[in-house]
Amino acid sequence: MNYHWDWMFFFQETDDGLKYYDWILSGLGWTTFVSLASLVVALILGSVLGVMRTTPKRWLVGLGDAYVDLFRNVPLIVQLFMWFFVVPELVPENIGLWMKQDLPYFVIAIVGLGLYTAARIAEQVKAGINSLSRGQRFAGLALGFTEWQTYRYVRLPMAYRIVLPALTSEAMNIFKNSAVTYAVGILELYFQYKQIIEKTSQVLEITIVVTLCYFVLAFVMNRILAFVEARTRVPGLIVGTKGSK
Amino acid sequence: MIEINNVSKWYGSFQVLTDCTTQVSKSEVVVVCGPSGSGKSTLIKCVNALEPFQQGSIVVNGIAVQDPKTDLPKLRAKVGMVFQNFELFPHMTITDNLAIAQIKVLGRSRDEAVDKGLKLLDRVGLKAQAAKFPGQLSGGQQQRVAIARALAMDPICMLFDEPTSALDPEMINEVLDVMVQLAHEGMTMMCVTHEMGFARKVANRVIFMDRGAIVEDAAKEDFFGQPRSERAQAFLAKILNH
Ligand SMILES: Nc1ncnc2c1ncn2[C@@H]1O[C@H](COP(=O)(O)OP(=O)(O)OP(=O)(O)O)[C@@H](O)[C@H]1O
Ligand SMILES: [Mg+2]
Repeated sequence: MNYHWDWMFFFQETDDGLKYYDWILSGLGWTTFVSLASLVVALILGSVLGVMRTTPKRWLVGLGDAYVDLFRNVPLIVQLFMWFFVVPELVPENIGLWMKQDLPYFVIAIVGLGLYTAARIAEQVKAGINSLSRGQRFAGLALGFTEWQTYRYVRLPMAYRIVLPALTSEAMNIFKNSAVTYAVGILELYFQYKQIIEKTSQVLEITIVVTLCYFVLAFVMNRILAFVEARTRVPGLIVGTKGSK
Repeated sequence: MIEINNVSKWYGSFQVLTDCTTQVSKSEVVVVCGPSGSGKSTLIKCVNALEPFQQGSIVVNGIAVQDPKTDLPKLRAKVGMVFQNFELFPHMTITDNLAIAQIKVLGRSRDEAVDKGLKLLDRVGLKAQAAKFPGQLSGGQQQRVAIARALAMDPICMLFDEPTSALDPEMINEVLDVMVQLAHEGMTMMCVTHEMGFARKVANRVIFMDRGAIVEDAAKEDFFGQPRSERAQAFLAKILNH
Protein backbone atom coordinates (compact mmCIF):
# COMPACT_ATOMS: atom_id res chain seq x y z
CA MET A 1 0.00 0.00 0.00
CA ASN A 2 1.47 3.31 -0.97
CA TYR A 3 -1.17 5.60 0.45
CA HIS A 4 0.33 8.85 1.60
CA TRP A 5 -0.81 9.45 5.18
CA ASP A 6 -0.95 13.08 6.17
CA TRP A 7 -2.73 13.88 9.40
CA MET A 8 -1.52 17.44 9.33
CA PHE A 9 -3.72 18.37 6.38
CA PHE A 10 -6.51 19.13 8.87
CA PHE A 11 -4.52 22.24 9.81
CA GLN A 12 -4.11 23.44 6.26
CA GLU A 13 -5.93 26.51 5.14
CA THR A 14 -8.91 26.18 2.83
CA ASP A 15 -10.15 28.50 0.08
CA ASP A 16 -12.38 30.39 2.51
CA GLY A 17 -9.54 31.11 4.91
CA LEU A 18 -10.63 28.52 7.49
CA LYS A 19 -8.78 25.31 8.26
CA TYR A 20 -10.13 21.87 7.35
CA TYR A 21 -10.67 21.07 11.00
CA ASP A 22 -12.91 24.15 11.19
CA TRP A 23 -15.08 22.60 8.48
CA ILE A 24 -15.33 19.42 10.48
CA LEU A 25 -16.18 21.22 13.68
CA SER A 26 -18.78 23.28 11.90
CA GLY A 27 -20.27 20.13 10.35
CA LEU A 28 -20.26 18.45 13.73
CA GLY A 29 -22.09 21.44 15.19
CA TRP A 30 -24.79 21.34 12.55
CA THR A 31 -25.21 17.59 12.85
CA THR A 32 -25.59 17.90 16.61
CA PHE A 33 -27.98 20.81 16.39
CA VAL A 34 -30.21 19.38 13.65
CA SER A 35 -30.28 15.97 15.35
CA LEU A 36 -31.11 17.22 18.84
CA ALA A 37 -33.72 19.68 17.61
CA SER A 38 -35.33 16.92 15.50
CA LEU A 39 -35.25 14.61 18.49
CA VAL A 40 -37.18 17.14 20.56
CA VAL A 41 -39.78 17.51 17.80
CA ALA A 42 -39.97 13.73 17.45
CA LEU A 43 -40.32 13.06 21.17
CA ILE A 44 -43.13 15.56 21.63
CA LEU A 45 -45.06 14.68 18.49
CA GLY A 46 -44.33 10.95 18.83
CA SER A 47 -45.68 10.95 22.38
CA VAL A 48 -48.84 12.78 21.35
CA LEU A 49 -49.38 10.34 18.47
CA GLY A 50 -48.58 7.31 20.61
CA VAL A 51 -51.09 8.43 23.22
CA MET A 52 -53.72 9.17 20.56
CA ARG A 53 -53.44 5.62 19.25
CA THR A 54 -54.25 4.14 22.66
CA THR A 55 -57.31 6.29 23.48
CA PRO A 56 -60.85 4.92 23.30
CA LYS A 57 -61.65 7.54 20.62
CA ARG A 58 -61.67 5.82 17.25
CA TRP A 59 -61.03 8.89 15.13
CA LEU A 60 -57.93 9.74 17.20
CA VAL A 61 -56.66 6.19 16.75
CA GLY A 62 -57.34 6.35 13.01
CA LEU A 63 -55.56 9.67 12.67
CA GLY A 64 -52.52 8.41 14.59
CA ASP A 65 -52.39 5.16 12.63
CA ALA A 66 -52.58 6.99 9.32
CA TYR A 67 -49.74 9.29 10.33
CA VAL A 68 -47.49 6.41 11.33
CA ASP A 69 -48.25 4.40 8.19
CA LEU A 70 -47.47 7.37 6.00
CA PHE A 71 -44.34 8.67 7.68
CA ARG A 72 -42.79 5.31 8.45
CA ASN A 73 -43.12 3.90 4.98
CA VAL A 74 -41.88 6.79 2.86
CA PRO A 75 -38.07 7.02 2.71
CA LEU A 76 -36.62 9.88 4.72
CA ILE A 77 -34.95 11.48 1.75
CA VAL A 78 -38.22 11.53 -0.19
CA GLN A 79 -39.92 13.15 2.79
CA LEU A 80 -37.25 15.85 2.95
CA PHE A 81 -37.64 16.60 -0.75
CA MET A 82 -41.39 16.78 -0.22
CA TRP A 83 -41.02 19.42 2.49
CA PHE A 84 -38.59 21.40 0.38
CA PHE A 85 -40.01 21.17 -3.10
CA VAL A 86 -43.54 19.78 -3.05
CA VAL A 87 -45.21 21.29 0.00
CA PRO A 88 -44.35 24.92 -0.94
CA GLU A 89 -46.20 24.38 -4.25
CA LEU A 90 -49.28 22.91 -2.54
CA VAL A 91 -49.85 25.56 0.12
CA PRO A 92 -51.28 29.03 -0.61
CA GLU A 93 -48.90 31.03 -2.74
CA ASN A 94 -47.71 33.53 -0.18
CA ILE A 95 -46.93 30.80 2.35
CA GLY A 96 -45.13 28.80 -0.35
CA LEU A 97 -43.05 31.82 -1.23
CA TRP A 98 -42.22 32.42 2.40
CA MET A 99 -41.16 28.78 2.78
CA LYS A 100 -38.90 29.03 -0.25
CA GLN A 101 -37.37 32.43 0.45
CA ASP A 102 -37.47 33.32 4.13
CA LEU A 103 -37.75 30.11 6.13
CA PRO A 104 -34.22 28.93 7.01
CA TYR A 105 -33.31 25.59 5.43
CA PHE A 106 -32.46 24.06 8.75
CA VAL A 107 -35.97 24.61 10.08
CA ILE A 108 -37.45 22.58 7.24
CA ALA A 109 -34.77 19.91 7.70
CA ILE A 110 -35.49 19.70 11.43
CA VAL A 111 -39.23 19.45 10.84
CA GLY A 112 -38.69 16.79 8.16
CA LEU A 113 -36.37 14.63 10.25
CA GLY A 114 -38.50 15.23 13.36
CA LEU A 115 -41.75 14.22 11.69
CA TYR A 116 -40.13 11.10 10.25
CA THR A 117 -38.69 10.05 13.61
CA ALA A 118 -41.97 10.91 15.39
CA ALA A 119 -43.67 8.04 13.56
CA ARG A 120 -41.11 5.62 14.94
CA ILE A 121 -41.36 7.03 18.46
CA ALA A 122 -45.16 6.93 18.28
CA GLU A 123 -44.85 3.21 17.64
CA GLN A 124 -42.67 2.75 20.73
CA VAL A 125 -44.83 4.88 22.98
CA LYS A 126 -47.95 3.02 21.89
CA ALA A 127 -46.26 -0.33 22.52
CA GLY A 128 -45.21 0.87 25.97
CA ILE A 129 -48.69 2.01 26.95
CA ASN A 130 -50.28 -1.18 25.63
CA SER A 131 -47.85 -3.32 27.58
CA LEU A 132 -49.34 -2.00 30.84
CA SER A 133 -52.27 -3.84 32.34
CA ARG A 134 -55.73 -2.44 31.63
CA GLY A 135 -56.19 -2.37 35.37
CA GLN A 136 -53.76 0.54 35.71
CA ARG A 137 -56.08 2.75 33.71
CA PHE A 138 -59.09 1.50 35.65
CA ALA A 139 -57.32 2.16 38.94
CA GLY A 140 -56.55 5.72 37.88
CA LEU A 141 -60.09 6.37 36.67
CA ALA A 142 -61.55 4.81 39.83
CA LEU A 143 -59.61 7.33 41.92
CA GLY A 144 -61.26 10.14 39.98
CA PHE A 145 -58.53 10.85 37.42
CA THR A 146 -59.64 12.04 34.02
CA GLU A 147 -58.54 9.98 31.03
CA TRP A 148 -55.74 12.49 30.45
CA GLN A 149 -54.62 12.30 34.10
CA THR A 150 -54.32 8.51 33.86
CA TYR A 151 -51.79 9.13 31.08
CA ARG A 152 -50.02 11.92 32.86
CA TYR A 153 -49.61 10.31 36.28
CA VAL A 154 -50.09 6.59 35.77
CA ARG A 155 -49.50 5.27 32.29
CA LEU A 156 -46.88 7.44 30.59
CA PRO A 157 -44.37 7.36 33.47
CA MET A 158 -44.33 3.56 33.27
CA ALA A 159 -44.58 3.38 29.49
CA TYR A 160 -41.51 5.61 29.03
CA ARG A 161 -39.53 3.49 31.47
CA ILE A 162 -40.47 0.35 29.60
CA VAL A 163 -39.54 1.67 26.17
CA LEU A 164 -36.45 3.63 27.18
CA PRO A 165 -34.11 1.04 25.60
CA ALA A 166 -36.00 1.35 22.30
CA LEU A 167 -36.05 5.13 22.55
CA THR A 168 -32.31 5.06 23.15
CA SER A 169 -31.69 3.37 19.84
CA GLU A 170 -33.98 5.86 18.08
CA ALA A 171 -32.05 8.71 19.68
CA MET A 172 -28.78 7.18 18.49
CA ASN A 173 -30.19 6.60 15.00
CA ILE A 174 -31.18 10.20 14.55
CA PHE A 175 -27.52 11.28 14.28
CA LYS A 176 -27.03 8.81 11.46
CA ASN A 177 -30.26 9.79 9.75
CA SER A 178 -29.37 13.47 9.97
CA ALA A 179 -26.68 12.85 7.31
CA VAL A 180 -29.49 12.76 4.76
CA THR A 181 -30.16 16.46 5.33
CA TYR A 182 -27.02 17.29 3.33
CA ALA A 183 -29.22 16.64 0.29
CA VAL A 184 -31.32 19.68 1.12
CA GLY A 185 -28.37 21.92 1.75
CA ILE A 186 -27.58 21.55 5.44
CA LEU A 187 -23.84 21.99 5.93
CA GLU A 188 -23.60 19.17 8.36
CA LEU A 189 -20.91 16.59 8.95
CA TYR A 190 -21.57 14.41 5.93
CA PHE A 191 -21.69 17.45 3.66
CA GLN A 192 -18.28 18.58 4.96
CA TYR A 193 -16.97 15.06 4.61
CA LYS A 194 -17.89 14.98 0.92
CA GLN A 195 -16.51 18.45 0.39
CA ILE A 196 -13.17 17.64 1.98
CA ILE A 197 -12.83 14.45 -0.04
CA GLU A 198 -13.35 16.47 -3.19
CA LYS A 199 -10.77 19.08 -2.21
CA THR A 200 -8.01 16.81 -0.83
CA SER A 201 -6.90 13.27 -1.42
CA GLN A 202 -6.75 12.33 2.26
CA VAL A 203 -9.74 9.98 2.09
CA LEU A 204 -8.63 7.65 4.87
CA GLU A 205 -7.86 10.31 7.46
CA ILE A 206 -11.07 12.17 6.92
CA THR A 207 -13.11 8.96 6.87
CA ILE A 208 -11.58 7.90 10.15
CA VAL A 209 -12.23 11.26 11.76
CA VAL A 210 -15.82 11.56 10.56
CA THR A 211 -16.60 8.00 11.57
CA LEU A 212 -15.21 8.79 15.00
CA CYS A 213 -17.37 11.91 15.23
CA TYR A 214 -20.56 9.92 14.51
CA PHE A 215 -19.45 7.25 16.94
CA VAL A 216 -18.83 9.75 19.73
CA LEU A 217 -22.21 11.43 19.19
CA ALA A 218 -24.07 8.11 19.39
CA PHE A 219 -21.97 6.98 22.32
CA VAL A 220 -22.57 10.14 24.35
CA MET A 221 -26.32 9.87 23.69
CA ASN A 222 -26.22 6.24 24.78
CA ARG A 223 -24.45 7.14 28.04
CA ILE A 224 -26.83 10.00 28.80
CA LEU A 225 -29.86 7.76 28.36
CA ALA A 226 -28.24 4.95 30.34
CA PHE A 227 -27.90 7.48 33.13
CA VAL A 228 -31.56 8.45 32.79
CA GLU A 229 -32.49 4.77 32.86
CA ALA A 230 -30.53 4.21 36.05
CA ARG A 231 -32.00 7.30 37.68
CA THR A 232 -35.59 6.35 36.88
CA ARG A 233 -35.30 2.66 37.69
CA VAL A 234 -38.10 1.57 39.99
CA PRO A 235 -36.93 -0.37 43.05
CA GLY A 236 -38.39 -3.85 43.27
CA LEU A 237 -39.69 -3.83 39.72
CA ILE A 238 -38.46 -5.88 36.81
CA VAL A 239 -39.68 -4.25 33.62
CA GLY A 240 -39.76 -6.18 30.40
CA THR A 241 -38.65 -4.58 27.16
CA LYS A 242 -41.65 -5.52 25.08
CA GLY A 243 -41.34 -2.12 23.44
CA SER A 244 -38.57 -2.77 20.96
CA LYS A 245 -39.77 -3.82 17.56
CA MET B 1 -76.78 4.34 48.16
CA ILE B 2 -76.34 2.16 45.05
CA GLU B 3 -79.39 1.29 42.95
CA ILE B 4 -78.97 -0.98 39.97
CA ASN B 5 -82.12 -1.12 37.83
CA ASN B 6 -82.62 -3.53 34.93
CA VAL B 7 -79.06 -3.19 33.66
CA SER B 8 -78.16 -5.04 30.49
CA LYS B 9 -74.86 -4.91 28.67
CA TRP B 10 -73.52 -6.40 25.47
CA TYR B 11 -70.04 -6.87 24.05
CA GLY B 12 -70.98 -6.83 20.40
CA SER B 13 -73.64 -9.48 20.12
CA PHE B 14 -72.59 -11.24 23.31
CA GLN B 15 -74.78 -10.32 26.27
CA VAL B 16 -72.67 -10.03 29.43
CA LEU B 17 -75.35 -8.67 31.75
CA THR B 18 -79.04 -9.51 31.55
CA ASP B 19 -81.56 -7.33 33.30
CA CYS B 20 -79.66 -7.01 36.59
CA THR B 21 -81.51 -5.32 39.44
CA THR B 22 -80.34 -4.92 43.02
CA GLN B 23 -79.43 -2.24 45.52
CA VAL B 24 -77.00 -1.59 48.32
CA SER B 25 -78.24 0.59 51.17
CA LYS B 26 -76.11 2.80 53.35
CA SER B 27 -73.83 0.75 55.64
CA GLU B 28 -74.90 -2.45 53.99
CA VAL B 29 -72.39 -5.11 52.96
CA VAL B 30 -73.39 -7.06 49.87
CA VAL B 31 -71.34 -9.99 48.64
CA VAL B 32 -71.51 -10.95 44.97
CA CYS B 33 -70.49 -14.45 43.95
CA GLY B 34 -70.88 -16.75 41.00
CA PRO B 35 -68.90 -18.86 38.55
CA SER B 36 -66.08 -17.47 36.43
CA GLY B 37 -67.34 -15.45 33.49
CA SER B 38 -70.75 -14.85 35.05
CA GLY B 39 -70.34 -11.06 34.82
CA LYS B 40 -69.48 -10.13 38.41
CA SER B 41 -66.56 -7.90 37.50
CA THR B 42 -68.53 -6.33 34.69
CA LEU B 43 -71.45 -5.52 36.97
CA ILE B 44 -69.29 -3.97 39.67
CA LYS B 45 -67.38 -1.92 37.08
CA CYS B 46 -70.69 -0.58 35.80
CA VAL B 47 -71.36 0.91 39.23
CA ASN B 48 -68.60 3.52 38.84
CA ALA B 49 -68.93 3.63 35.06
CA LEU B 50 -65.60 1.98 34.33
CA GLU B 51 -67.70 -0.08 31.93
CA PRO B 52 -70.58 1.47 30.00
CA PHE B 53 -73.89 -0.35 29.69
CA GLN B 54 -76.59 -0.09 27.08
CA GLN B 55 -79.80 -0.56 29.05
CA GLY B 56 -81.10 0.22 32.51
CA SER B 57 -79.87 2.68 35.08
CA ILE B 58 -77.49 2.83 38.01
CA VAL B 59 -77.90 5.54 40.61
CA VAL B 60 -75.11 6.15 43.12
CA ASN B 61 -75.86 8.54 45.95
CA GLY B 62 -78.63 10.11 43.88
CA ILE B 63 -76.49 10.54 40.76
CA ALA B 64 -77.33 8.65 37.56
CA VAL B 65 -74.13 7.01 36.35
CA GLN B 66 -75.28 6.55 32.74
CA ASP B 67 -76.36 10.17 32.35
CA PRO B 68 -74.01 11.80 29.80
CA LYS B 69 -74.13 14.99 31.88
CA THR B 70 -72.74 13.28 34.98
CA ASP B 71 -69.24 14.38 35.97
CA LEU B 72 -67.78 10.87 36.10
CA PRO B 73 -64.37 11.70 37.60
CA LYS B 74 -66.12 13.53 40.43
CA LEU B 75 -68.48 10.61 41.03
CA ARG B 76 -65.71 8.00 40.87
CA ALA B 77 -63.62 9.96 43.34
CA LYS B 78 -66.34 9.30 45.90
CA VAL B 79 -66.58 5.58 45.15
CA GLY B 80 -63.58 3.57 46.34
CA MET B 81 -62.52 0.57 44.31
CA VAL B 82 -60.14 -2.29 45.04
CA PHE B 83 -58.97 -4.64 42.29
CA GLN B 84 -57.92 -8.24 42.11
CA ASN B 85 -54.39 -7.31 41.05
CA PHE B 86 -54.00 -4.38 43.47
CA GLU B 87 -53.09 -1.95 40.68
CA LEU B 88 -50.86 0.22 42.79
CA PHE B 89 -48.81 2.61 40.66
CA PRO B 90 -45.46 0.83 40.48
CA HIS B 91 -43.29 3.90 39.85
CA MET B 92 -44.44 5.74 42.98
CA THR B 93 -43.58 5.20 46.62
CA ILE B 94 -46.34 3.93 48.85
CA THR B 95 -46.70 7.47 50.24
CA ASP B 96 -47.17 8.91 46.75
CA ASN B 97 -49.61 6.16 45.83
CA LEU B 98 -51.70 7.25 48.79
CA ALA B 99 -51.36 10.97 48.16
CA ILE B 100 -51.50 11.50 44.40
CA ALA B 101 -55.24 11.35 43.83
CA GLN B 102 -55.96 13.39 46.95
CA ILE B 103 -53.73 16.11 45.54
CA LYS B 104 -54.68 15.94 41.86
CA VAL B 105 -58.37 15.12 42.21
CA LEU B 106 -59.47 16.56 45.54
CA GLY B 107 -57.05 19.48 45.49
CA ARG B 108 -55.64 18.79 48.93
CA SER B 109 -52.23 20.15 49.81
CA ARG B 110 -49.36 17.70 49.70
CA ASP B 111 -48.84 17.87 53.46
CA GLU B 112 -52.47 17.20 54.14
CA ALA B 113 -52.58 14.33 51.65
CA VAL B 114 -49.43 12.68 52.98
CA ASP B 115 -50.65 13.08 56.52
CA LYS B 116 -53.97 11.46 55.73
CA GLY B 117 -52.29 8.71 53.71
CA LEU B 118 -49.89 7.84 56.50
CA LYS B 119 -52.69 7.66 59.04
CA LEU B 120 -54.54 5.17 56.86
CA LEU B 121 -51.34 3.26 56.22
CA ASP B 122 -50.92 2.94 59.95
CA ARG B 123 -54.47 1.70 60.20
CA VAL B 124 -53.78 -1.16 57.79
CA GLY B 125 -50.62 -1.93 59.76
CA LEU B 126 -48.03 -0.82 57.21
CA LYS B 127 -46.65 2.43 58.54
CA ALA B 128 -43.08 1.16 58.22
CA GLN B 129 -43.47 0.63 54.46
CA ALA B 130 -44.25 4.26 53.56
CA ALA B 131 -41.02 4.95 51.69
CA LYS B 132 -40.99 1.68 49.75
CA PHE B 133 -42.24 0.96 46.26
CA PRO B 134 -45.11 -1.45 45.52
CA GLY B 135 -42.74 -4.00 43.97
CA GLN B 136 -41.00 -4.30 47.33
CA LEU B 137 -44.14 -5.38 49.19
CA SER B 138 -45.91 -8.74 49.38
CA GLY B 139 -49.25 -9.18 47.65
CA GLY B 140 -51.15 -8.94 50.90
CA GLN B 141 -49.34 -5.75 51.83
CA GLN B 142 -49.98 -4.26 48.40
CA GLN B 143 -53.68 -4.98 48.68
CA ARG B 144 -53.85 -3.35 52.10
CA VAL B 145 -52.15 -0.27 50.63
CA ALA B 146 -54.70 -0.33 47.80
CA ILE B 147 -57.52 -0.29 50.34
CA ALA B 148 -55.87 2.58 52.21
CA ARG B 149 -55.45 4.45 48.91
CA ALA B 150 -59.16 4.16 48.22
CA LEU B 151 -60.06 5.18 51.78
CA ALA B 152 -57.87 8.27 51.54
CA MET B 153 -60.44 9.74 49.16
CA ASP B 154 -63.11 9.59 51.90
CA PRO B 155 -65.36 7.38 49.79
CA ILE B 156 -69.09 7.09 50.46
CA CYS B 157 -68.95 3.42 49.49
CA MET B 158 -66.41 0.80 48.48
CA LEU B 159 -66.35 -1.69 45.61
CA PHE B 160 -64.16 -4.78 45.82
CA ASP B 161 -63.49 -7.06 42.85
CA GLU B 162 -62.07 -10.35 44.16
CA PRO B 163 -59.58 -8.57 46.42
CA THR B 164 -58.07 -11.79 47.75
CA SER B 165 -58.11 -14.15 44.79
CA ALA B 166 -54.64 -13.18 43.55
CA LEU B 167 -53.13 -13.73 47.00
CA ASP B 168 -51.25 -16.64 48.49
CA PRO B 169 -53.46 -18.34 51.07
CA GLU B 170 -51.41 -17.12 54.03
CA MET B 171 -52.03 -13.49 53.03
CA ILE B 172 -55.77 -13.67 52.53
CA ASN B 173 -56.68 -13.07 56.14
CA GLU B 174 -54.64 -9.92 56.60
CA VAL B 175 -56.71 -8.35 53.80
CA LEU B 176 -60.02 -9.80 54.95
CA ASP B 177 -59.35 -8.49 58.46
CA VAL B 178 -59.10 -4.96 57.10
CA MET B 179 -62.35 -5.45 55.17
CA VAL B 180 -64.15 -6.87 58.20
CA GLN B 181 -63.03 -3.88 60.24
CA LEU B 182 -64.33 -1.55 57.54
CA ALA B 183 -67.67 -3.32 57.52
CA HIS B 184 -67.93 -2.99 61.28
CA GLU B 185 -67.30 0.73 60.99
CA GLY B 186 -70.37 0.98 58.81
CA MET B 187 -68.80 1.34 55.37
CA THR B 188 -71.18 0.62 52.51
CA MET B 189 -69.57 -2.22 50.58
CA MET B 190 -70.20 -4.23 47.44
CA CYS B 191 -67.75 -7.14 47.32
CA VAL B 192 -67.21 -9.66 44.60
CA THR B 193 -65.59 -12.51 46.52
CA HIS B 194 -65.70 -16.24 46.99
CA GLU B 195 -64.60 -15.94 50.62
CA MET B 196 -67.73 -17.37 52.20
CA GLY B 197 -66.23 -17.03 55.66
CA PHE B 198 -66.11 -13.29 55.08
CA ALA B 199 -69.68 -13.32 53.74
CA ARG B 200 -70.88 -15.23 56.80
CA LYS B 201 -69.16 -12.82 59.14
CA VAL B 202 -70.16 -9.43 57.75
CA ALA B 203 -72.46 -9.66 54.74
CA ASN B 204 -76.05 -8.45 54.99
CA ARG B 205 -76.97 -9.91 51.63
CA VAL B 206 -75.48 -12.30 49.13
CA ILE B 207 -76.03 -12.05 45.39
CA PHE B 208 -75.42 -15.05 43.18
CA MET B 209 -74.83 -14.42 39.48
CA ASP B 210 -74.78 -16.87 36.62
CA ARG B 211 -74.43 -16.17 32.89
CA GLY B 212 -74.88 -12.43 33.31
CA ALA B 213 -78.04 -12.61 35.39
CA ILE B 214 -78.68 -12.17 39.10
CA VAL B 215 -80.08 -15.58 39.97
CA GLU B 216 -80.26 -15.15 43.70
CA ASP B 217 -80.40 -12.04 45.86
CA ALA B 218 -81.04 -13.00 49.44
CA ALA B 219 -80.33 -12.10 53.04
CA LYS B 220 -77.20 -13.88 54.22
CA GLU B 221 -79.13 -16.24 56.52
CA ASP B 222 -81.42 -17.30 53.67
CA PHE B 223 -78.60 -17.70 51.22
CA PHE B 224 -76.60 -19.99 53.46
CA GLY B 225 -79.58 -21.67 55.08
CA GLN B 226 -82.56 -22.38 52.93
CA PRO B 227 -83.07 -24.10 49.61
CA ARG B 228 -82.85 -21.90 46.60
CA SER B 229 -81.93 -22.14 42.92
CA GLU B 230 -80.14 -25.33 41.95
CA ARG B 231 -77.32 -23.45 40.29
CA ALA B 232 -76.55 -21.52 43.45
CA GLN B 233 -76.69 -24.72 45.49
CA ALA B 234 -74.29 -26.49 43.18
CA PHE B 235 -71.95 -23.49 43.20
CA LEU B 236 -72.03 -23.20 46.97
CA ALA B 237 -71.39 -26.90 47.42
CA LYS B 238 -68.39 -26.64 45.16
CA ILE B 239 -66.72 -23.66 46.80
CA LEU B 240 -67.46 -24.76 50.36
CA ASN B 241 -65.96 -28.17 49.76
CA HIS B 242 -62.61 -27.23 48.41
N1 LIG C 1 -63.70 -6.47 26.95
C1 LIG C 1 -64.43 -7.58 26.74
N2 LIG C 1 -64.83 -7.92 25.50
C2 LIG C 1 -65.57 -9.01 25.28
N3 LIG C 1 -65.99 -9.86 26.24
C3 LIG C 1 -65.64 -9.59 27.50
C4 LIG C 1 -64.84 -8.43 27.83
N4 LIG C 1 -64.65 -8.42 29.16
C5 LIG C 1 -65.30 -9.50 29.65
N5 LIG C 1 -65.88 -10.19 28.66
C6 LIG C 1 -66.69 -11.41 28.82
O1 LIG C 1 -67.77 -11.09 29.66
C7 LIG C 1 -68.06 -12.18 30.51
C8 LIG C 1 -68.12 -11.70 31.94
O2 LIG C 1 -66.84 -11.30 32.34
P1 LIG C 1 -66.53 -10.86 33.83
O3 LIG C 1 -65.08 -10.51 33.88
O4 LIG C 1 -67.49 -9.84 34.25
O5 LIG C 1 -66.80 -12.19 34.63
P2 LIG C 1 -66.51 -12.53 36.15
O6 LIG C 1 -67.77 -13.02 36.72
O7 LIG C 1 -65.88 -11.37 36.82
O8 LIG C 1 -65.48 -13.71 36.04
P3 LIG C 1 -64.18 -14.05 36.93
O9 LIG C 1 -64.66 -14.79 38.12
O10 LIG C 1 -63.37 -14.92 36.03
O11 LIG C 1 -63.52 -12.78 37.27
C9 LIG C 1 -67.02 -13.25 30.26
O12 LIG C 1 -67.59 -14.23 29.43
C10 LIG C 1 -65.93 -12.51 29.53
O13 LIG C 1 -65.30 -13.37 28.61
MG1 LIG D 1 -63.95 -10.99 37.61
